[in-house]
Amino acid sequence: MLTIDNLSNDIDGKAILKGLSLSINAGEIHAIMGPNGAGKSTLAYTLGGRPGYEVTGGGATFEGQDLFELEPHERAAAGLFLGFQYPVEIPGVSNLQFLRESLNSQKRARGEKELNGGEFIRLARDKAALLGLDMDMLKRPVNVGFSGGEKKRAEMVQMGILDPKLAILDETDSGLDIDALKVVGAGINAIMRKPDKAVLLITHYQRLLDYVKPDYVHVLAGGRIVKSGGPELALELEREGYAEVLAA
Amino acid sequence: MTTLALPTRREEAWRYSDLDAVATIWPTPAPARIDVAEGERAHHHLMQDAADGAATVHDYVIDIADGARCDFHLLNIGGKLGRVTFAVTLGKGSHFELSGAIIGGGDQVLEIITSVTHAQPDATSGQTIRSILGGHATGSYLGSINVARDAQRTDAFQSVKAMLLDRTATANAKPELEIYADDVKCAHGATVGELDRQALYYMASRGMDPTTAKTLLLKAFVAGVFDDLTDEALKGRFETAALAKLEALV
Repeated sequence: MLTIDNLSNDIDGKAILKGLSLSINAGEIHAIMGPNGAGKSTLAYTLGGRPGYEVTGGGATFEGQDLFELEPHERAAAGLFLGFQYPVEIPGVSNLQFLRESLNSQKRARGEKELNGGEFIRLARDKAALLGLDMDMLKRPVNVGFSGGEKKRAEMVQMGILDPKLAILDETDSGLDIDALKVVGAGINAIMRKPDKAVLLITHYQRLLDYVKPDYVHVLAGGRIVKSGGPELALELEREGYAEVLAA
Repeated sequence: MTTLALPTRREEAWRYSDLDAVATIWPTPAPARIDVAEGERAHHHLMQDAADGAATVHDYVIDIADGARCDFHLLNIGGKLGRVTFAVTLGKGSHFELSGAIIGGGDQVLEIITSVTHAQPDATSGQTIRSILGGHATGSYLGSINVARDAQRTDAFQSVKAMLLDRTATANAKPELEIYADDVKCAHGATVGELDRQALYYMASRGMDPTTAKTLLLKAFVAGVFDDLTDEALKGRFETAALAKLEALV
């Protein structure tokens, strides 16, 4: 589904990713872990096409298309979802309005029929319930006045409504208490744990992986994947720390 | 009969105007007078959507008697030059509320010029102006508040925000306060900004094409201006006209 080949970039003249390669197939959940400054968020933003995160070498294909030929909104329409570490506040635009425009923009781009108001509300109510987010929250402006935990739940409601093929979740677990972590983990499983979908979880900690079991775990350090393994690698990292595992 | 001379840029109220366009319609008609009688409440509005290339000037002289209130809603979007001016005089305990939006593109020059005089005690006034400017358009708000010596307990505010869609567009915002009383509250705020790039990227990441995303943010930016219009049909007309103009700009 996603193939990243020898990807490099630099941000403000500083090399961050230095030849990163990774392949993700449908039906798989991958976790990328790594110390601060390893390039985890840079990887997410580069794949998501954030301005300022231009590619200087290598490439990536998503469902057979050259990912970097697509504008950010085209990547979303192609089925890519980026979960933000710091979701953005948009005063004056309600979540419902934001999501309906987003979903219908995607549908237009794919040549599908747009949802009408009633159909959209039913879908939103269903996904909000899945994540335990009060429907009234979705009537409020996007992320404005939301707590850290509410923002992350709202992100997962967005994911549920937009129904992507591949979700790249950048530290979705940060700012969540234990209960919220369970709910968000269950949400990710319900929405994305399917044979035709895949997830790339970016995280510092093992704890999210207790709820969303990865098939593969990778360690990102110094701008490339330095070690890959199964779920046991995450436990090893948690127990011994990055320095120890990387030195071994 | 006296012939009024064409204004020049040396006059503060004309400093940012398009004097060539003004010359084509000079002398402009006499101002429209609005008198709001004691204790009355009046609603007025203007949708300035003159044809492309036209020049138009609307001058209002508004007298609000003791205890009266006047609400004015203004959408200023049409013509090569669209200029709307208000000379307001407030009686004791009266209120004036101006809610205005300027949306311009191309080489339009759109202006709102106000002079609000608090002549008597206990009057209040509020002015909320939102401008969206693209291309080589110029949008100006020049607002003076004059508080007479006897006009104690005056409470006045101006809130002016402009959004520039292109680096070539210009927004002028100039508050001017002249206060002779000592127990007075006058607040004014003016900002000029651009669309929030983080928000635009967030919207794109969810699949919104750039035009839809920009339009949604701009709608949110001007939305508040017409929120308090009680006449729903009129509100609908203002919103539809504003949206059509926005869609032509982005």
